[in-house]
Amino acid sequence: MSITLGHYLTLGAILFALSVTGIFLNRKNLIVLLMAIELMLLAVNMNFVAFSYYLGDLNGQIFVFFILTVAAAESAIGLAILVQLFRNKSSINVDELNTLKG
Amino acid sequence: MMDVQSALFYAFSSILLFAAFRVITARNPVHAALYLVLAFFQASGVWMLLRAEFLSIALVLVYVGAVMVLFLFVVMMLDINMDSIRQGFWQHFPLAATVGAVIALELAAVLLGGFRTSVPHVSALPSVVTPVAVTAPADAASAGLAASQAADVGHVVLAQVSNTKALGVLLYTEYLYPVQVAAIILLVALIAAIALTLRARKDTKTQDPSQQVRVKASDRVTLVKMAAVQPAVEPAPEQEKPA
Repeated sequence: MSITLGHYLTLGAILFALSVTGIFLNRKNLIVLLMAIELMLLAVNMNFVAFSYYLGDLNGQIFVFFILTVAAAESAIGLAILVQLFRNKSSINVDELNTLKG
Repeated sequence: MMDVQSALFYAFSSILLFAAFRVITARNPVHAALYLVLAFFQASGVWMLLRAEFLSIALVLVYVGAVMVLFLFVVMMLDINMDSIRQGFWQHFPLAATVGAVIALELAAVLLGGFRTSVPHVSALPSVVTPVAVTAPADAASAGLAASQAADVGHVVLAQVSNTKALGVLLYTEYLYPVQVAAIILLVALIAAIALTLRARKDTKTQDPSQQVRVKASDRVTLVKMAAVQPAVEPAPEQEKPA
């Protein structure tokens, strides 16, 4: 039995579900939350690449290229905010981020 | 009997899923980051199976080489108290596992049944197909010859060029403006990350150019009126000597 498009899509789906689970589990740890978001983006990219291959359309890979760009920018800014947060609060516990509540 | 590709696919994806599982359950964030590196390597292998060579290498270079190193730096720089953060970890587990299982099962049910395509599309090999007026040369030889003119013609089927070249042609012709927007986004991210984390030390002696420019002569030189001849200073009275 050869590998079908469904196999790749299922791999992406399981990866996505795992990272959603990770977001639920690590509700307090901001840094693992960021890593779970990276995993989600990876799962989505997996779908794009798989479709691009099986449908013979290179545009999907272009899209992955841009997602990689945006994800890199996102993680850089996210980590910068994280560092600032740690300097001000000495903790990265999400529960303590309630100063905007008023 | 499984062929090599299937075996590779299952190997890559099982290690990928294991690594992803360890990322979300690892006690130590450093271990989580390292498992994420492993996950990216496996994903790059899977993409290699899908003949996306450029993206597969770019994933390793960009993610493992840059983003994950950044993560590791930050994780190691911060002194994180894990015990308070891990509180309630297993308390959320039933809900998290339920949601995850539901998502995975639903998606798998839809996807495995719906997409039985095992044969890639005819032009799945790296090829640029732009649906403009079709005057594409029919034979492969002239198509390869016209590969360099794709930018001008815009509707040539690039048969049998490498994935990187095909992506590059597409990226710098049809997607030229998005590429520039992506560059701007990266620039903004660069400046934002620096501006967020930069902090000036109090004790450094820095120059403020705006103040330097705005300085006037009167700030620098003060004229003091004083007598031309200084009166002779009287000798200090002699101090009493100790007896």
